[in-house]
Amino acid sequence: MSSTPEFIDAHEAQRLRGSPVRRREDRPLLTGDAQYTDDISREDLLHLAFTRSHHAHARVEAIDTSAAEAMEGVVAVYTAADVAASGVTGEVPPVWLLPELKTPPYPMLARERVRFQGQPVAAVVAERRYLAADAADAIDVTYEKLDAVTSPGAATTEGAPQLHEEAPNNVAAEWEIGDREDTDAAFDRADHTVELDLVNQRLLPTAMEPRAVLAEYNASTEKATVHMSTQCPHLHRRFFCEMLDFPEHRMRVVAPDVGGGFGSKDSAHPDEALTIWAALQLERPVKWVATRTEGYASTGHGRGHETHAEMALSDDGDILAIRVHTDGDLGGYVSTFGALNPTWGYAPMLPGQYAMEAMHCTVTEAFTNAVPTEPYRGAGRPEASYVIERLVHLAAKEVGMDPADLRRRNYIPSDEFPYETTAGYLYDSGDYEKPLDRALELVGYDDLRARQAELRAEGRYLGIGISSYVESCGYGPSEIVGQIGGQLGLWETGVVRFHPSGKVTVFCGTSGHGQGHQTTYAQIVADELGVDFDDVDVVEGDTDEVPMGMGTYGSRSVTVGGAAVLTSARKAVEKARQIAAHQLEVATEDLEFESGEFSVTGAPDRAIHIQEVARQAYLAHDLPEGLEPGLEEESFYDPENLVYPFGVHVVVVEVDADTGELSFEKYVAVDDCGEQINPKIVEGQVHGAIAQGLGQGRFEGVVYDESGNLVTGSMQDYAVPKAHQLPHFETDHTVTPCPHNPLGVKGVGEAGTIAAPQAVVNAVCDALSPLGVDHIDMPVTDEAVWQAMNRAAATDGGAE
Amino acid sequence: MTTHDITLTVNGTAHDLTVESRTLLVHALRDDLGHTGTNVGCETSMCGACTVLVDDEAVKSCTLLAAACDGSEVQTVESLVDGGELHPLQEAFAQEHGLQCGFCTPGMLMTSLDLLAHDPDPSREEIREALEGNLCRCTGYQNIVNAVERAAQTMRAATDGGDRGGD
Repeated sequence: MSSTPEFIDAHEAQRLRGSPVRRREDRPLLTGDAQYTDDISREDLLHLAFTRSHHAHARVEAIDTSAAEAMEGVVAVYTAADVAASGVTGEVPPVWLLPELKTPPYPMLARERVRFQGQPVAAVVAERRYLAADAADAIDVTYEKLDAVTSPGAATTEGAPQLHEEAPNNVAAEWEIGDREDTDAAFDRADHTVELDLVNQRLLPTAMEPRAVLAEYNASTEKATVHMSTQCPHLHRRFFCEMLDFPEHRMRVVAPDVGGGFGSKDSAHPDEALTIWAALQLERPVKWVATRTEGYASTGHGRGHETHAEMALSDDGDILAIRVHTDGDLGGYVSTFGALNPTWGYAPMLPGQYAMEAMHCTVTEAFTNAVPTEPYRGAGRPEASYVIERLVHLAAKEVGMDPADLRRRNYIPSDEFPYETTAGYLYDSGDYEKPLDRALELVGYDDLRARQAELRAEGRYLGIGISSYVESCGYGPSEIVGQIGGQLGLWETGVVRFHPSGKVTVFCGTSGHGQGHQTTYAQIVADELGVDFDDVDVVEGDTDEVPMGMGTYGSRSVTVGGAAVLTSARKAVEKARQIAAHQLEVATEDLEFESGEFSVTGAPDRAIHIQEVARQAYLAHDLPEGLEPGLEEESFYDPENLVYPFGVHVVVVEVDADTGELSFEKYVAVDDCGEQINPKIVEGQVHGAIAQGLGQGRFEGVVYDESGNLVTGSMQDYAVPKAHQLPHFETDHTVTPCPHNPLGVKGVGEAGTIAAPQAVVNAVCDALSPLGVDHIDMPVTDEAVWQAMNRAAATDGGAE
Repeated sequence: MTTHDITLTVNGTAHDLTVESRTLLVHALRDDLGHTGTNVGCETSMCGACTVLVDDEAVKSCTLLAAACDGSEVQTVESLVDGGELHPLQEAFAQEHGLQCGFCTPGMLMTSLDLLAHDPDPSREEIREALEGNLCRCTGYQNIVNAVERAAQTMRAATDGGDRGGD
């Protein structure tokens, strides 16, 4: 049986780091005391609602706001003309730039043209919530409808509707990585090649709390305060100040309780910026809360690739090279991080866990008449892992090997780390066979293969889907981020502040939204300082309290933020050591530090606790000469490299031979995220990520019709997995510490999302291999399976 | 706009309020009465974040008109803590890591409360079926199922033993 950690109370832990300490953030979330943005009210609060485009692509000919303006209780109605008159550009800033990337303006309110259904065209501010919605409905927009295109492949072909004059053929950027010649050479001498056309479908992130903003402006102090559902308050402050030409030091952005993000709350959106702009105009608090349908039509979608992929192999089953072209869907505009996902977020991870001679990938980033794509849990890595793991599945069949054996044969050997991949990334550490062995053991692989053969003889289709993955996360160092187009540094700040009482407040620039940072950071810092867990408080998500920060996304919080708070704790110990040595009248090197106590080597009775040192540091009556009073340390931790977690997931399914109905029999996940700070929280991250990965594999997918209407525009139409639709997850882990991270940690928040989709597709294709089914695009619904079975039966008569 | 004078008894306290015909129960609870524990996630009855008990039955307050609840007893998540002590369901959710961001949690708790009132010993499969109208995007549900199972045990032990039980 795999391990399932049970929460323990902090005082039961011998050592906090590594223990499943119970989450301290839960009580307000359980009692209803939590404060999400829409829970916050103000005396003179106004509500904002948007008029959004019904069309995917149209010219805006006229906007009649008179009916809305005439409604009693409507305070203001805004269009792009009002924004222009205020003197701000209000354009969403793209912060990941590629060479020659086209970045046509992405305005807060549409100007002469709308380019996706749901784009904001006008806004209404009113005294009451329902009234604002009524007034937004009363605005009459005259459009000249234009042809739309929502497929990135179709968008760049001859004759497609053109979105932006700046981007001929809707190409935002052409980009490549790897070595074309070496790759072609490997293909030329390959014994086998396999190839695949696939779609990695658009997804709706669907954080349970829709995006929400409450903006206020105090004209006396000239300060703006913004409460919003954000993953990165400091970044949002920067983006909004840039968009609104507002001084950054006078805007405070606060993330109160945040009901999930999954990447959808790290980009700047036109509607959020406009809400702040309206509060600045009116000098009154203004709140906007997206409805679910509004969120689906305006919050960045994830994924969106149309891909052709090939793999070259030797007779023995050695992978020689891969060659990939992908059309990446940017949607109507370049979003904040939109250009990153299909390029640097994706292509360098295409080789996966495998040693190979060469790789080459070309990417066309295309504008389409759809919601701009943004990071979504995994952001590029799931798309890459999907490609390589589907190719490996096909390759095993092609060369006649068991798919587990083919993987094992091609894994980068554990003694070759750090390993520079053919895509140029330096994998820090890895031991890929261990999770494979463990996963195969947990799932009972050999027995399953035997049972599969027996069942096939009875006309039943059991399928075993294996997915090996390695991901890159904890992006940094900042210099490299700059070299690959990022207009930001990806360091993180941590502050450790002792109070005179010896209690500690930790500040971190990350911003948790369900990941349990309050608990995890307190574990790290309390252990390092040797103080009680309850003596450490953690503050995140407030630009006035946390000096600077980059936020939470890309599994960076513990790898970068955790390292930052650890570094600050270590600095605090070193300053405290100087004070302790001075007061004990010994040299600093003669002091030992353990469990919070500085003691003189060889004379353990002569000791002082760090919390008493803190008191002395603030009394400042007896400090070493030249040492500043106080005990507070700050660090900006810039990681040395990315971190590369890995693992193996296996899913077992059975497909009903008559109906195509698919049932999960078993799901096994063995992940290696290096050292774990809180194993129970790690397990929770793994569970949630698998659920989202299975959501993509099995249920979810954005559907646009030919006119660019969002067919999956509400939860009635978009299939977020439900409790009874998911299997029991059996999880386990191996531990291969990260060699360059001071905690030895790697990220874990996205792993399951990366691993699960191809596990499902591989399992279904494995089940249906007697019928010759090689590939089914996601989501692998029962209907999709049934259709694939029927197509296979029609083309080759079924059984081989 | 037609309005209605209604009475809602929320967590044992009666409130007289005037609502528009179209005012949803969830907005009456949140905006008029300040019970913000109940959340709005989808406005289509799909996600269940807004689930409350109306006359002891779990309902989705985002698609129920407040006027239709005139005279009803409404129970929200805020009612669960008793004398500062967490309800066994709340305790079990914390112990089993049955929540992450917490936004769906009030709805999960109220649906589970209704389930256990009608079936004190549900199977895991029955728990999953009972929660099908409550979406969670963080946990993958497994630990929520564990939590409901644990709470059921605790609550049965309390009933059998005549006290509030424990582990």
